[in-house]
Amino acid sequence: MKTKPVFLQILTGLSVVLFLVAAYLAIFWAPTEATMGDVQRVFYFHVSVGWVGAIGYLLAVIAGIAYLRTGNSKWDIIGVAGVEVGLVFAFLNIVTGSIWAKPTWNTWWTWDIRLTTATISELVYIAYMMLRQGIEDPERRARIGAIYAIVGFISVPLSFLSIRIWETIHPVVVEAEGMNMTADMKVAFFFSLATFTIIGATLLWHRIRVGQLAEKVEQLKMKLYE
Amino acid sequence: MLFLRVLQEAPPETMDYMILGYAVIFVVMGIYIFSLFSRRRKLLRDLQSLEEME
Repeated sequence: MKTKPVFLQILTGLSVVLFLVAAYLAIFWAPTEATMGDVQRVFYFHVSVGWVGAIGYLLAVIAGIAYLRTGNSKWDIIGVAGVEVGLVFAFLNIVTGSIWAKPTWNTWWTWDIRLTTATISELVYIAYMMLRQGIEDPERRARIGAIYAIVGFISVPLSFLSIRIWETIHPVVVEAEGMNMTADMKVAFFFSLATFTIIGATLLWHRIRVGQLAEKVEQLKMKLYE
Repeated sequence: MLFLRVLQEAPPETMDYMILGYAVIFVVMGIYIFSLFSRRRKLLRDLQSLEEME
């Protein structure tokens, strides 16, 4: 396996530095929100991890379409990487939302439309991983995985738009009139968003490399045991 | 009256939940990064063994 590309090494280092800066901005620098107190600071990372989760799932859709068109296994590797990273970050989005909810809504959970659709989306992609585990033939696994990832993505924009379509108690931060944040909060928010985009891309790249290595091992095993 | 108004305007004490939220993020991301590292290390070992057998 080739050594880590220089650009990936740079991205990895940058991700660590940006993560620490984003954490400082969110936890210490941004002003304290008047009605919720410090728990509001969870919002900066809560939205950012949700964003990365959605990007991961979108990448799986793009990779799925590319696989169905070309049959090239590299797209299957990318698709799985997208779903896996998406699952981790979408999970963080749900859990941090729950932690924020406890002091704010006085409950860890409620079947609000946003929370419900986000959970459905997470379960859809957990099922994707389980489905893949049950299929031995690599080509069939990739093909079914691609179709599932494409169809399953319907749950993602549904969750995002849910708070605008249906009645909800989930905060709506971005409105037609603008964002319900002070200027300093916007700095912390957009910095977190940019940071996690870079972190997501870095982790995806690392995960894709693991997938490529796994494929190489699998191919060598098949060749040796034929 | 002003003192009471100031008290009413102080934000609620919710730092513990903030700490919990960030702790979960750090821990889960740490676990995932470690899992990537572990899987890669195992695959490299497998690859080396298979290449020696080849």
